[in-house]
Amino acid sequence: MKQLSLRLLGPLTLVLMGLTFWLGLWVTPPDKIQGNLARLVYVHPAVAWVALYVSFGTATIASALYLWRRTRSQVMDRVAHCAMEVSVVFILLTLITGSIWGRPTWGVWWAWDARLTSTAILGVFALAYLALRRANDDPDLRARRSAVFALLAAINVPIIHFSVQWWKTLHQGATVFTANRTLLIHGLMAWTLLISFFAFTLLFFWLLRARYRLEVLRGERYQVVLDEALVQRRREGVR
Amino acid sequence: MIRTALLVAAKDLRIERHSRVLLWQVLPFGVMGLVLSGIALGPTHAGHSSAGPGLFYLVMLLVTLLMINRSQAIEGSSGTRASVATLGLDPAGVFLGKALALAVELWITGVVLLAGAVLVLHTALVGTLQALPSVVLILAALAAAGTLYGALSGGGQGPATLLPILALPAFAPLLIAGERSFSASLHGATLWQWWVISLVALAAYLAIGILLYGVLEDS
Repeated sequence: MKQLSLRLLGPLTLVLMGLTFWLGLWVTPPDKIQGNLARLVYVHPAVAWVALYVSFGTATIASALYLWRRTRSQVMDRVAHCAMEVSVVFILLTLITGSIWGRPTWGVWWAWDARLTSTAILGVFALAYLALRRANDDPDLRARRSAVFALLAAINVPIIHFSVQWWKTLHQGATVFTANRTLLIHGLMAWTLLISFFAFTLLFFWLLRARYRLEVLRGERYQVVLDEALVQRRREGVR
Repeated sequence: MIRTALLVAAKDLRIERHSRVLLWQVLPFGVMGLVLSGIALGPTHAGHSSAGPGLFYLVMLLVTLLMINRSQAIEGSSGTRASVATLGLDPAGVFLGKALALAVELWITGVVLLAGAVLVLHTALVGTLQALPSVVLILAALAAAGTLYGALSGGGQGPATLLPILALPAFAPLLIAGERSFSASLHGATLWQWWVISLVALAAYLAIGILLYGVLEDS
């Protein structure tokens, strides 16, 4: 059952992604004010959702579980590492899609807006996490330090979430719901938006799975190389 | 824990007093940083005090990076870590002690650079003096965060280039809070919310450091 669901993950992601783009680009109507530019709403919020909450959240939870002695395992460290790598891609996509929308709307590719700036800082945090991993050779120390760093970096996520309320800069507030949970988007547009959230979330898990498998293979390969080196060394000792 | 903290802080400050790195290397670097900031802005803008708070904190961040590397390098010398581990010192106490020593060094640097900001960047003397409590608070938070990130970057044994990328994103909110509260003081206002943010940041970094500093050390 588990194997079947894992095998279905890829095709299901592709189907939902295809559906999102078909509905978003051809079926849904253009916006009354923003025209076709509004179609970015089927990409940007979903990508940001994955970047901030799903991928960074996965990395943070896996890091916390690694630091907790009862659940400490190499699996948690690998999941945190892989999720953070995928997170970098999604944060970058969030900034790029936001910029594409910002240029015609605000007149600039980049603004010193609280949400944009804090998201960019999160991106630097994610890159720093990867740099930190590369700087440590000892696997246990690397895992511990990376886990602590991921927890520290996660403090930025609620700051990004509430930035539009705390600072009231250029970036708009809630787009899908109002403050009292009333839906602002209706009909086919709402369904397309919902599908896009599912599609990009599945895409994240698909990428995470692929990256995780690669990491496991790399670990196995390292072990094989290490074993071969040890055998070679023993042979040299016998001679 | 407090006893260990005071011992470690006294040890770090004693080393600093004897080596005089702060006096002969860090302070001149900070003053030079302020002067270069003024040159980079040009005479028209440098004479405008509105840039002062931001430039002061920017230079303080660079100084903090230097000081963190210095603070961690003391522990990185051969045999120090093994000695600390053998003595069974409480890691939380070691963290607090190192953070306290770093805070004292940053406060000294901060006072000198504030005087420099009044002289070179023309920030108003009364406003600058009013900003002193918030500067003390922000620098304490920077010291706590810096000690944590210093240990993360390898505690003096890791590459020196790693620390800026790890620490600077985390320092950004402190830079904003510091600049805002300093600017408010110059304009005769008090932005209490920036004080609250600084206090929360200080408490958070102290709590995280006390809980997790031991995890970052070599086992």
